[in-house]
Amino acid sequence: MTKLDAAIIGSGNIATDLMYKLLRSEWITPRFMVGIDSGSEGLARARSQGLSTTAGGVDGMLAEFGAGKIQIAFDATSAYAHAENSRKLIERGVRVIDLTPAAIGPYCVPPVNLDAHLDSQAMNVNMVTCGGQATIPIVAAVSRVQPVSYAEIVATVASRSAGPGTRDNIDEFTRTTAGAIERVGGAKRGKAIIILNPAEPPLIMRDTIHCLVEGTPDTVAITASITAMIQEVQRYVPGYRLKNGPVFEGQRVSTYLEVEGLGDYLPKYSGNLDIMTAAARRTGELMAKQMLASSR
Amino acid sequence: MTTHHRFELHEMSLRDGMHPKRHQIPLDRMVAIAVALDEAGVPLIEVTHGDGLGGASINYGFPAHTDEQYLRAVCSRMQRARISALLLPGIGTVDDLRMAVDCGVKCVRVATHCTEADVSRQHIGLARKLGIDTVGFLMMAHRAPPEFLLQQALLMESYGATTVYITDSAGYMLPADVTARVGLLRERLSADTGIGFHGHHNLALGVANSLAALEAGANRIDGSCAGLGAGAGNTPLEVLVAVLTRMGVDHGIDLYKLMDVAEDLVVPMMDTPVRIDRDALILGYAGVYSSFLLFAQRAAAKYDLSSRDILVELGRRNTVGGQEDMIEDVALDMCKSRGAGS
Repeated sequence: MTKLDAAIIGSGNIATDLMYKLLRSEWITPRFMVGIDSGSEGLARARSQGLSTTAGGVDGMLAEFGAGKIQIAFDATSAYAHAENSRKLIERGVRVIDLTPAAIGPYCVPPVNLDAHLDSQAMNVNMVTCGGQATIPIVAAVSRVQPVSYAEIVATVASRSAGPGTRDNIDEFTRTTAGAIERVGGAKRGKAIIILNPAEPPLIMRDTIHCLVEGTPDTVAITASITAMIQEVQRYVPGYRLKNGPVFEGQRVSTYLEVEGLGDYLPKYSGNLDIMTAAARRTGELMAKQMLASSR
Repeated sequence: MTTHHRFELHEMSLRDGMHPKRHQIPLDRMVAIAVALDEAGVPLIEVTHGDGLGGASINYGFPAHTDEQYLRAVCSRMQRARISALLLPGIGTVDDLRMAVDCGVKCVRVATHCTEADVSRQHIGLARKLGIDTVGFLMMAHRAPPEFLLQQALLMESYGATTVYITDSAGYMLPADVTARVGLLRERLSADTGIGFHGHHNLALGVANSLAALEAGANRIDGSCAGLGAGAGNTPLEVLVAVLTRMGVDHGIDLYKLMDVAEDLVVPMMDTPVRIDRDALILGYAGVYSSFLLFAQRAAAKYDLSSRDILVELGRRNTVGGQEDMIEDVALDMCKSRGAGS
């Protein structure tokens, strides 16, 4: 079967985990990994899996591979590098899936709004934050039943799975996630809280989603909608599990989740990182499916 | 005691005291207490949501007034005292910090779990740049050994903190634990960097631990009038001041005026007595975050469970400050296992 060729920009933990996920894909073949350090472990792993690599950044890849070969690129570098990477790639007609916090393109949470981005053929979509990927589907599951005046999420991640980028700019997480709870989740107002927990052995990512609905909550319809949404997310993150709830108290609807990763490269407790790479893979695959169908 | 170095006392009833008040202190009470503390000579008074700037939430409780309303009302009335605000990165942001400084806050305390100091770089850096008294606040400090805490304190110092706190959020530490932690920081941080201690009275050691901290070189100590604070409260400030007076240590506060603030203004405001009941005792005994107390009691009442069992389970799961969402979750798990067992 024909697959679409993709490049992974970045050679860190996220990029490496994403590579292993894409190697199993029916729709995408990872062809290239782009780094900036020829000695990086990620590039060595990519070569051992048969990918071409360059330490010359996006320019290095474009010079070597030329236009028209790579059709989708996943950027797992940094917010600082993303704008330039994206500009160069889109110029060559490459569609870009942004795993950095840059958020040049619209937010994408696959079970909530990927269809809309496919319809509009967006050239750059942003994967929000790990906490956003884990919680916004639930906010949307509630808001599609009944208006949500306020949604608040608490994401607790193992200290070991919070990298220096997150730690250096933790406000970026709270702001971006809160904004996407409103824009994608459909809440009138959003708030996000992130907690790092250093327990050993590391705890699996936990997420709590509180929604305040307008009027009396329709408990049956909301519960059914949340159950269906969890199944939808489980299609690409099998370890996405309801721990407790939904609890209804007055206008509050609270859902308690656990997110366990697949352990492709990152450890299983890093559900926060896994859900980013899994959601990016899901986004790329549905884009590829659409592009292959239209080229036929 | 050999304490002859300069130190300041920092009053907590209008911030940590927001926990037992469920963040509902009326604006006029907040102002009246702050004014009375100022008149008593208290140099530093903290005013914020119990969980810091931006703490207004379902998870921690919505306050009667916004941080901005409280801060503007209080700051404008201070003659000598400086007002501080607490900020937990991950809950509040630099936007909240700028707002607080705009309201007239002269000191910001940036709090992280004791092993996660590196999330505070942005906020400590900005506070220092804005030219205010910048404090790093290492919470649940009983969970890390002194050498580890020192590394975290050095990080905060490198970001620009001019004071670093050992914060006994669970009221778990014994005096020797305080001595070891404060002593090592005093020895290894820059001589210009201040060291603070924030106690909780869950094992009735608030005063003793504060004295241990002073003796080990701390120059800022937190306490609260009538102890109003999370768990069994903070170190009762009027008691600490009385003890310091008896010891002949200069503290600059009018003891009788402070006693009157405690008795005439703070105690009448309490919804329930702040005391070492069995739940508060278990916080100190098992090393659990003091602010969990009321949440555990509410969950226990709702699900017909023992609040002590809930708190012990939260300790067993190594929860850290801010994980209030785990309390209902734990209660639901306990209901399930009760159902399975019967």
